Amino acid sequence: MSDGSSGSIEVKNIYKIFGSRSDNALSMLKAGSSKQEILTKLGCNVGLNNVSMHIPAGKIFVIMGLSGSGKSTLVRHFNRLIEPTSGEILVDGQNVLKLEPSGLRNLRRQTMSMVFQSFGLLPHKTVQDNVGYGLMIRGEKNQNAAENIQYWIERVGLKGYENSYPDELSGGMRQRVGLARALAMDPQILLMDEAFSALDPLIRYDMQTLLLELQNTLHKTIVFITHDLDEALRIGANIAILKDGELVQIGTPDQILNEPADDYVRRFVEKRSRSPHTH
Amino acid sequence: MNSIFFDLSFVDQVNSAVMSFVASHGDAFHDVTKILLVHFLVPLEKFLVGLHPIAVLLAISALAWHALRRWSMVLALVAGLYLIGCFGLWDKLMQTLALMMVATTLTVIIGLPMGIWMSTSPRLRKVLEPVLDVMQTLPTFVYLIPVLMLFGLGKVPAVLATVIYALPPLVRLTDLGIRQVDVEVVEASKSFGSTPWQLLKDVKLPLARPSIMAGLNQSVMMALAMVVIASMIGSRGLGEDVLSGINNMDMGRGLQGGFSIVILAVVIDRITQAYGKGRRERQALRNNKKGAPA
Repeated sequence: MSDGSSGSIEVKNIYKIFGSRSDNALSMLKAGSSKQEILTKLGCNVGLNNVSMHIPAGKIFVIMGLSGSGKSTLVRHFNRLIEPTSGEILVDGQNVLKLEPSGLRNLRRQTMSMVFQSFGLLPHKTVQDNVGYGLMIRGEKNQNAAENIQYWIERVGLKGYENSYPDELSGGMRQRVGLARALAMDPQILLMDEAFSALDPLIRYDMQTLLLELQNTLHKTIVFITHDLDEALRIGANIAILKDGELVQIGTPDQILNEPADDYVRRFVEKRSRSPHTH
Repeated sequence: MNSIFFDLSFVDQVNSAVMSFVASHGDAFHDVTKILLVHFLVPLEKFLVGLHPIAVLLAISALAWHALRRWSMVLALVAGLYLIGCFGLWDKLMQTLALMMVATTLTVIIGLPMGIWMSTSPRLRKVLEPVLDVMQTLPTFVYLIPVLMLFGLGKVPAVLATVIYALPPLVRLTDLGIRQVDVEVVEASKSFGSTPWQLLKDVKLPLARPSIMAGLNQSVMMALAMVVIASMIGSRGLGEDVLSGINNMDMGRGLQGGFSIVILAVVIDRITQAYGKGRRERQALRNNKKGAPA
């Protein structure tokens, strides 16, 4: 890896085809058939079509696209909540897809944590126990873990809510719990799947601010999924745009704004320049 | 005679198959009978009948209080049980309770893992669903015949027939409850590297609990419906009075027995339903004047 530091992700020629005849579909796809043809002929849905990208360590990398573009599918490949049909994913040079179940568990426990769109909190556990959930899975129950939990609860601004239950919190506060839960693991890589999309615009803005503040000191590799270009431009060091499971453009916010790769990206950018700026 | 129907019958085949099965494996089943009887049913029954009624009533009020957190309910339930004692049916109530406890324990031991297993694979569900359908719809007497041949008359076949009858709702609702657990919560647990056991123990079972408890509640209710049939094959208990009421045209006695079964059903129903709600909801019920969370 060119970065040298840890936490970089290399995505190489990932295909994901949903359906029972994915092998046939894959060869058709590689032979140049369109997504639509494959759907009508084989009943298979192409989720990702030959996606490759390099995600550098220590920066916020945004993957953007509309719903159905495959962005949430792609991020689930990184920690293998979804298995690809073909391709390679290297985390610091190690092929994630070759890992045995125990190796995969280790990766999820040590290297990568995830934050979810609808929070994915355990409704029967308190804020404290939710934040400590990953640590408990890792087998950490000592004083150290308790201090770690308290530290992150305070860091995301939830002091005083330690013994509340998720259903007693607002959406923004719940996602703070989700964020603290992921950060308490001290992973090198943080996967955030539309983490702020379910929140009100103002709260979303606050959460983006919180994330940027945290990132200033943490320098983690953050893979951030969103459908919102404003959000992408605000927090992303690099942005990848997906459409129908294909990578359309990858670049810095400036490159996306000033050199849109095609009409699809241009429409995104134009729509944005007409709407009022949020920053 | 000209009929469109072929002449078909599997009576003889089934009879000879069952006969030879009983002849070759009968001893093993008698051993099962003995173990169940000697180690579980008889000691439990003796223990319950031997207890002072006040001890039983106190134990049940404690349980009801823990579950329901409302004195009025607890009082009503205990008064109902006291009434059964007034009818002179206390010992029979204890015998029925023993039968229920053993049958329910067996149902949980078999049903819960079966439901969990079923939730893991759609293919398995396709195989098991019709089996459960048959268990629920096949008239009890049909499987009572082979059960009687294998286990003899008495408590053990009664327990087993009860288990067969009571199993399906628990299995179904365990399966359903686990499958209805929020996908994102399961994903979240997996994304932190949980083992399948950790996922089951900390996420799936607690979140499926209302559904599982509803299944258990249904199972116990169905088991109670078997009490009269159980006494037909020689098991003692409240069903006896109903049965002898039918046999002797003794309406009063039959009604009294039936009424007692209903009281027992209500007691068990209220307590198991309350446990389905979980600790927080029950606490909220108790403090509902303060506007507890929904």
